[in-house]
Order: sequence, then C-alpha cells, then structure tokens
Amino acid sequence: MATYTLISSVTVGAGGASTISFTSIPQTYTDLCLMFSARVDATIGDSYYNSYLLTNAFPLNGGASTRYLLGNGSSVSSASDGNNILLLGVTSSGATASTFGNTVAYFTNYASTTLNKSVSIDQVSENNATASAAMLSAGLYPANTAITSITIDPFSTGNFVQYSTAYLYGISNA
Amino acid sequence: MTNKIVVDCSTGEVQEIALTAEEIAEREAMAEQYAQQKAAEEAQKAADAEAKSALLKKLGITESEARLLLS
Repeated sequence: MATYTLISSVTVGAGGASTISFTSIPQTYTDLCLMFSARVDATIGDSYYNSYLLTNAFPLNGGASTRYLLGNGSSVSSASDGNNILLLGVTSSGATASTFGNTVAYFTNYASTTLNKSVSIDQVSENNATASAAMLSAGLYPANTAITSITIDPFSTGNFVQYSTAYLYGISNA
Repeated sequence: MTNKIVVDCSTGEVQEIALTAEEIAEREAMAEQYAQQKAAEEAQKAADAEAKSALLKKLGITESEARLLLS
C-alpha cells in the first residue's frame, strides 16, 4: 500500500508571491504528489488563470509539453501546450472573491535518471458562476534528469494571493 | 514588490526572495507577448465570424440550416 509523507508545505503570506518553489527535494521516494490551492491577483479574461508547472530540468518554455481536456461550464475542448506543463486550476481575480482553485499533480519515478518524467494533473478552478474550469492533463518532461525542484509559476504578471497553499508529498510504494 | 517563495525541502526553511531585475523584465515581456497574441486571436475570431456571416448571406441560408446540411 502506498504511503504519503508530507515533505514540505507553505502558505502564502500577506505580501503575495510571484512563484512558489520546492527545492532540494529528497530523492528517497518512489513518486511525488503536489497538492495546491491557489488564486492570483490578475486576470487574462477568464475566471481561471494560466500557470505553469516547472522543474529544475524544464524552466519556462523549456520544452515540456501538456495534453489536456478542459470543461469550462459551457463547452469541452482538448488542446496542448508544446513548451510547458500548463495549469488552469488556479482562480483569477475575475472569479468570485475569496475562491481558490485546487490542483493535484502526480509525478511518477521523479528520482529516476534513466526515465523521462511524466505528470498527471487533476484540477478545478472555483467560481460561483457559470464559467469555471475543470481540467485533466497529461504532462511530459522529455529528459531523464531527476526532479530536484518544482516551481508553480503564474503566467505573466500574476501573483499568488495570501492564503494560497501548497503541499508536497513523497509517495513510497511500500 | 512581490517576492518569490522558495521552500528548501532539506531543511524546511521557507524564504521570501525579491525578484531580480531580469526576472521582472521576463514577466513583463511575457505579459506584452500575451497581450499581442490575444489581440491577434481576437482579430482572427472577428474576421472568421464576418466571413462566415457573409458566406451564409451569399448562400441564403441560416446558421442552423448550414449545420443541418453538414450533419
């Protein structure tokens, strides 16, 4: 049976945060699970906000890719991003006040130095209105570099607001 | 100015670090790039809608009739 161990967590303070990073991730687990609840102080026209899931080997526009299925309350679509692992489960300032989106990202074999890295992501933005986002994603980091750091980066000039939280778990297969 | 948060998993230490001038410039460039991309998409969407409307008018059918033809 898999065991989840909390590695580290953080809650954004009153000043907000441009990015949230977990560094020096121990290489002793089988998989990693990042859970976060977040909202940004900007909007690019939707109630949810583009964000990216970056790693040490794949910084912004570094060649990671995403395939995703998105439902927004009125339509369903699928699309891709060829440069980054895209997240839409973060609420923007256009969403109902004080709502935070939720994301679970699961990284398999993150410490391997022989396998490419993949991540599956389940996310929802929250909004007390018709338009909101639910998204399932598959992401690939096409390199065998072990993941030692992970960053959540809101697109452009958006900043995470106070009370956004992130938890990083290590999963052991025994 | 907003800081970035860095959590060192080996120590549990949480640091709030000011962005460098380079990082700030990168974020501003990204915003500018996205604004241009968004404007181009909106312009294309408007042009497509106009072309579609003109074609339907030329054919003398409604949008739902056109959908029926293609179903």
